[in-house]
Amino acid sequence: MTQNLKGKTAISGLGITEQGKVYGHSAAWFAAEAIRLALEDSGLRKEDVDGLLVNAGVTPLPGMGGLDLQNHLGLTNLRLLSGMTAGGATAAMMVQYAALAIANGMANHVVCVFADAPLRESRGGGGAYSGTGGGGYVPPGMSGLYTAFGMFGVNAQYALAARRHMGMYGTTNDHFGAIAVAQRAWARKSPHAQQREPMTIEDYHASRWIAEPLHLLDCCLVSNGGVAVIVSSAEAAKGLKQPPAYIWGMGQGHPGDLKRAGWDVETQTGAPIAKERAFSMAGIEIDDIDVCQLYDCYTYTVLVTLEDYGFCAKGEGGPFVADGKLGPGGSLPTNTGGGQLSGYYMWGMTPLSEGIVQARGTGGERQVEKHDVVLVSGNGGILDHHSTLILSPHPA
Amino acid sequence: MADQEYTLPIPVADEASKPFFDGANEGKLMLVKCSQCGTYRLPGRERCLDCWSTESEWAQASGNGKLYTYGIMHQKYHPAFADETPYNYAIVELAEGPRLVTNIVDCKPDDMKTDMPVEAVFDRVSDEATLIRFRPTH
Ligand SMILES: [Zn+2]
Repeated sequence: MTQNLKGKTAISGLGITEQGKVYGHSAAWFAAEAIRLALEDSGLRKEDVDGLLVNAGVTPLPGMGGLDLQNHLGLTNLRLLSGMTAGGATAAMMVQYAALAIANGMANHVVCVFADAPLRESRGGGGAYSGTGGGGYVPPGMSGLYTAFGMFGVNAQYALAARRHMGMYGTTNDHFGAIAVAQRAWARKSPHAQQREPMTIEDYHASRWIAEPLHLLDCCLVSNGGVAVIVSSAEAAKGLKQPPAYIWGMGQGHPGDLKRAGWDVETQTGAPIAKERAFSMAGIEIDDIDVCQLYDCYTYTVLVTLEDYGFCAKGEGGPFVADGKLGPGGSLPTNTGGGQLSGYYMWGMTPLSEGIVQARGTGGERQVEKHDVVLVSGNGGILDHHSTLILSPHPA
Repeated sequence: MADQEYTLPIPVADEASKPFFDGANEGKLMLVKCSQCGTYRLPGRERCLDCWSTESEWAQASGNGKLYTYGIMHQKYHPAFADETPYNYAIVELAEGPRLVTNIVDCKPDDMKTDMPVEAVFDRVSDEATLIRFRPTH
């Protein structure tokens, strides 16, 4: 028997540490600090927490992510504890598993946390994600071909995906640039954002190539920091300090990659699979969505995600974003904190945290007036994992 | 190959891929073919993803394919490639189905187009290794 979970659970707490070039702390420190801030935000006490889900970034957390953090924080008698990993899709997925556990009586208040500390004062951000595997090493076998042909890191892979879309549909760098410019305009209104200088489309085109067709300004930032959210039952959340961000719908999509003819993961995300259940659970249609927080490791990721949710037809994402509708004052406010391109790079916690802010209505200068239905997406791997949350300030 | 020493990373076979790399040295593009359903795959997976059979044989591919997608790398991630940037890297979809990591030769970046027909070129880069690159089909 299934029960409708719409509005049964809510996000009751949000903790965001200082973000960006914050040195001198480990990932574990950021995780603990984010959790402390989330509890303070919600009004819950440490003793109220009975679940902990942990997603480590590129910097490993000790103790498989969960146990060490539990003991560091002195959390006892947990009913739910796990380290989870599906890249940038994990944050929303942790919330989903927490909501399922709470709605079915397994736990009361589950903390979900992401933290990372890849930046060091002596090293650029790119080095943390380059995937060169330590200099001269060439892994034996077929994976050595990546090294032999110089295909390094996530940037190279997303460049391939973006190029495929351009080749199939005529998408251009002007289209990608429109996304970067819109998100920078949002970032300028957010006190959390790392990049707040004005940006024009000319600035975008003038930024150096990383891996064509990706400019520097197509790529996300790299950040040190942590974000934690607390999931509670709707009933419990109502009595706490913050307006609850009710969870209306949730879903995941993992399309798989056959790596052969006829299978096009470069231009197809898991969003169509994920949204089906999420929208149905929430009882919404695409036109009901007021605000989008879409995973944006690259500008292209936003474009292809918009298509796959059905905001426009497949292949028409470029022309769809070209008029600036994603930016402040536009018809589809998207990534209103600047996203990962201009805000901060906390993997799936970037769209999730801003989705919570918008649902609460506490976005200050960047708050979108109509925010009854907020779409949050996560994305992991090279468009391999997709997660969807629908949040709302209303219980039903 | 040119007289001067090849300075970029050179791949080495593991047990599963040895016929692929040996084949390249003989000018052949070798794939794994499922003995049960005939589906082609790259070496490295023990099981056919269609029928899950673990029985397989090696088969020579045509060397023809199409440029599925490509990128032009500008970032200097690896010291050996520092003097090579910008350079192209690519995924070629072989006529037999599998997609192979490679690069494109005899083609200017502006002339590279997704889905353009390409054919294998066997580039001996050391006594032990041959890289399979692709060029536009003439
Ligand atoms: Zn088979």
